[in-house]
Amino acid sequence: MKAKIRKIATFLEETRTEAGRQIHPPTRRAAAVAVIENPYAGQYVEDLSELMAIGEELGELLTQKAVAALGIPGPSAESYGKAAAVGENGELEHAAAVLHPKLGTPVRRVLGKGAALIPSSKKRGGPGVALDIPLGHKDAAFVRSHFDGMEVRINDAPRANEIMVAIAVTDSGRPLARVGGLTKDQIKGEDGLR
Amino acid sequence: MPEVRIRKRVLSVEEIFHEGGPTAEKPLRRVAALAVIHNPFAGRYVEDIEGFMDDLKPLGLEMAKSLIAALGNDAKVVEGYGKGAIVGTAGELEHGALWHVPGGYAMRESLGGAKAIVASTKKVGGPGTRVDVPITHINASYVRSHFDAMEVGMADAPRADEILLALVMTTGPRVHARVGGLKASEIKGDDGLR
Repeated sequence: MKAKIRKIATFLEETRTEAGRQIHPPTRRAAAVAVIENPYAGQYVEDLSELMAIGEELGELLTQKAVAALGIPGPSAESYGKAAAVGENGELEHAAAVLHPKLGTPVRRVLGKGAALIPSSKKRGGPGVALDIPLGHKDAAFVRSHFDGMEVRINDAPRANEIMVAIAVTDSGRPLARVGGLTKDQIKGEDGLR
Repeated sequence: MPEVRIRKRVLSVEEIFHEGGPTAEKPLRRVAALAVIHNPFAGRYVEDIEGFMDDLKPLGLEMAKSLIAALGNDAKVVEGYGKGAIVGTAGELEHGALWHVPGGYAMRESLGGAKAIVASTKKVGGPGTRVDVPITHINASYVRSHFDAMEVGMADAPRADEILLALVMTTGPRVHARVGGLKASEIKGDDGLR
């Protein structure tokens, strides 16, 4: 394991009622968050390949944890997203190095498919900073019922020399989706968009 | 459908010169336009809400234009975009989803036909809640240097019966972008992805 992990937190949300209405079955989303040491904290390093390799490791680990929290086989996942928060001694590009080059492949391997771009966000912040992980359908980005976001935070992370890396996976869209657009039963699933 | 009642608008501009590395020749600018509006569906469950998307289009367009104005009235400098919403606690997540169509329409209309899906996120929250608006390249979602996010919010919004709407534009890649992937100069621009 290349990543020096201080902590992993897993969050599972089940929405059972929304606007006073029962949701059957409840919509569910899970996020797994790792707090890792930032190998480049406090210095400007040109080559970020170590963090890219860490991204690959975390892609698999965190997706497995999120799917396990949902208690579903990977291919049953419907939407996904990723995000990272860099502690104050790091740069935004460190979040990019974890998230973008190598993290996606193992995520898709665990989930069976994943033709769509994995929506992402990143920021720098101190302990307790909130990460809003954007969510989109894993096979067709335009499925409107699955546009969503999940907020996660950990009170003691990221410290100045840490990075907080999060992956969110759902088995459903929004609880009372009714603003039209492409629906999941219309997915062609070829181009990642529709 | 109900009229759009705006309580407050905020425009914020970030100029990023460096993040510990070499100072950029042209600082990266990120601009956000926020509008707090009354939620006409707050406090009760309303089944048919789709019509409000059309009502929001003029506001979306106005916000997009204010962003371009903040960037010197030159739409050509815009390279990244994203949108988000925070729904007050008397509303539901689905009310935030009403922003997808008018927000996307406003971006495309004002930028002259951007091709990529407008990255988005949404949440329910109280006054002071922040949201990380995800950002991607306007013509090709996979341009790695332009994956970014901007945290926005307002101390006194959203109140329970309000919705905070956000549009974000950026003028370029992350300031020290260096994790490879598809470059803006390699965009084909046919499918909105690459």
